[in-house]
Amino acid sequence: MQLPRLTMLDAYMRMQRIRNFEERIVTEFSSGEIPGFIHSYLGQEASAVGTCMHLDDDDYIGSTHRGHGHCIAKGADLKAMMAELYGKRDGLCRGKGGSMHIADLSKGMLGANAIVGGSPPLVLGAALTAKTRRNGKVAVAFTGDGGSNQGTVFEAMNMAVVLKLPAIFIIENNGFGEGTAASYACGTDDLAARAAAFGMPAVAVDGTDFFAVHDAVGEAVALARAGGGPSTVETRCPRFTGHFVGDPQHYRANGEVDVLRRDADPLTLIRRRLIDAGVFDAEQFDALDRDVAAEIDEAVAFARAAPIPDEADLLADVYISYR
Amino acid sequence: MPRKTVREAINEALVQEMGRDPDIVIIGEDVAGGEGGSSGVEDAFGGVLGVTKGLLPRFGRSRVIDTPISESAIMGMAAGAAVTGLRPVAELMFADFFGVCFDQIYNQAAKFRYMFGGHARTPLVIRSMIGAGYSAAAQHSQSPHSIFTHVPGLKVVMPSNAYDAKGLLIQAIRDDDPVIFFEHKMLYDLADEVPSEPYAIRFGEANFVREGDDVTIVAFSRMVHIAAQAADVLEREGISVELIDPRTTSPLDEESILESVRRTGRLVVVDEGNPRCGLAVDIAALVAEHAFHSLKAPIRTVTAPHTPVPFAPSLEAAYIPSPARVAEVVREIMR
Ligand SMILES: Cc1ncc(C[n+]2csc(CCOP(=O)(O)OP(=O)(O)O)c2C)c(N)n1
Repeated sequence: MQLPRLTMLDAYMRMQRIRNFEERIVTEFSSGEIPGFIHSYLGQEASAVGTCMHLDDDDYIGSTHRGHGHCIAKGADLKAMMAELYGKRDGLCRGKGGSMHIADLSKGMLGANAIVGGSPPLVLGAALTAKTRRNGKVAVAFTGDGGSNQGTVFEAMNMAVVLKLPAIFIIENNGFGEGTAASYACGTDDLAARAAAFGMPAVAVDGTDFFAVHDAVGEAVALARAGGGPSTVETRCPRFTGHFVGDPQHYRANGEVDVLRRDADPLTLIRRRLIDAGVFDAEQFDALDRDVAAEIDEAVAFARAAPIPDEADLLADVYISYR
Repeated sequence: MPRKTVREAINEALVQEMGRDPDIVIIGEDVAGGEGGSSGVEDAFGGVLGVTKGLLPRFGRSRVIDTPISESAIMGMAAGAAVTGLRPVAELMFADFFGVCFDQIYNQAAKFRYMFGGHARTPLVIRSMIGAGYSAAAQHSQSPHSIFTHVPGLKVVMPSNAYDAKGLLIQAIRDDDPVIFFEHKMLYDLADEVPSEPYAIRFGEANFVREGDDVTIVAFSRMVHIAAQAADVLEREGISVELIDPRTTSPLDEESILESVRRTGRLVVVDEGNPRCGLAVDIAALVAEHAFHSLKAPIRTVTAPHTPVPFAPSLEAAYIPSPARVAEVVREIMR
């Protein structure tokens, strides 16, 4: 925990933003305000934030269908994110992408991705851009345990090693792909070892522990920036919700999630660590939490008030307009 | 006759055929679900929208096979199993995902018979979901049936109702060629009279949904219902619509379409796919080539625009062909 106080404050704020944002989304979706499908990132906050704390706006990430957390951790504007989920014109993608395609290219966030395994090959390309330009930038691909079974992921890992690209693979192992457990769908419980077999450094860490993720990804990013090629970090973290909001989760034992929320909550953990270390006290945390709650309220108010897209937007931006 | 939803009709077809033929296996992601889960509940999903629910308890894990998320391997395994004697019914959860695995369908399964000089049989069914309407956005809402229809060697089925869904799926399973069976996600809860006993509907035989004199509308899948709503409105205005649901795009019942247009003299094709090189222009070309002299007005198509599917409900509603658009196009050619 040798991090500057401000860094830890920033990390906590980002994690709490994700937590509040996602909890609010669950409520707003359930009341019918948000259309489409929502996959919540609750429980995985430390994975996104521990990773993205090492990245600048001109480093890249490629995300998954469970992408809000990555987007927030990468610094996207909460109001524009919320407006996107509401399908509004002022959204990050002008209401055309929604939850599963939320993107902020100005922040190096190359998009959530509704195709499982879609991001890792794209992230290779971002890493190729960085390598070609010799600018020391890196590109991070998030995938799930389920997604790690896609051929695209294996191809991307091998090619990153072969071309020595500044790419980092984060396998967020939350134990499930939809309603099927990773223990069934993955032939090994050591997903990092598969990546290692391609010839890159790979470790598995406790994905509920911000500091563990931060340390491991820190090494991977340093290696990549120095021209040392790709790495993989498997972050083992819980999924506090169903696969999608509304999933009855028949495949999970009663009470399983309650235990996870009690014992494996990344927010509780970071808070306790920082209080125990005397970095912040409970009152300071409560004040920070109120600030975050206010940010989320503002984002919802903004999204509600934002205009819906014009019908003419339907035909816009299929191609670049050269007129 | 009992009423069943499209979901129930498809499920019943699978149950009855699997009961009849032990070579039929179901392969897909979360077709049962719950594998490895802590509740020990089997069949926890039964497909993402519950279509394959109940198959696992009846037929067991050896015939209802949950896979990792690996569509190339799913489609390749199904194609390889089909050409070696099983009759797999593989699931491609959303048709959009064909992008991940098209080689196994397009270059492999579709071509075995021809490439191998007629020696191969590939009794493969791929069930998949198409269609917009849930705000599921650009990668979960498409209707790429024209792309499959373009491929020689594939048969393509697009049921619009529960009765057809059951009969066409049974036919698809009994067929010895690869069949792509497209289910529209907005139709699963639509109920219809469906006989309890198994029955097969032959491919390439159109259903005349309603008969009429002034204009022929050809539509598939959900668009049959959009066109029927338009026809109701038009009827009140004194315009008589003949609505044809060919049910399969490949093979296509060309004769029924041509015969109808020769009587009505007008054709409108309604399709949820994108317009370029698509099913609507394919049918328009058929009629232009073979029934041109019967036409009293230009052929018209009503399709999605040449855009990806947008997320915002307001835009998505403008994307999907509506009864109002269909009716307006018909009025234009009746003037
Ligand atoms: C190519 C493709 N196949 C299947 C799906 C359907 N699907 C969406 S999310 C998901 C599970 C993904 O599991 P995992 O990668 O572990 O991520 P998690 O949902 O646990 O975050 C599946 C099967 C999809 N969107 N894309």
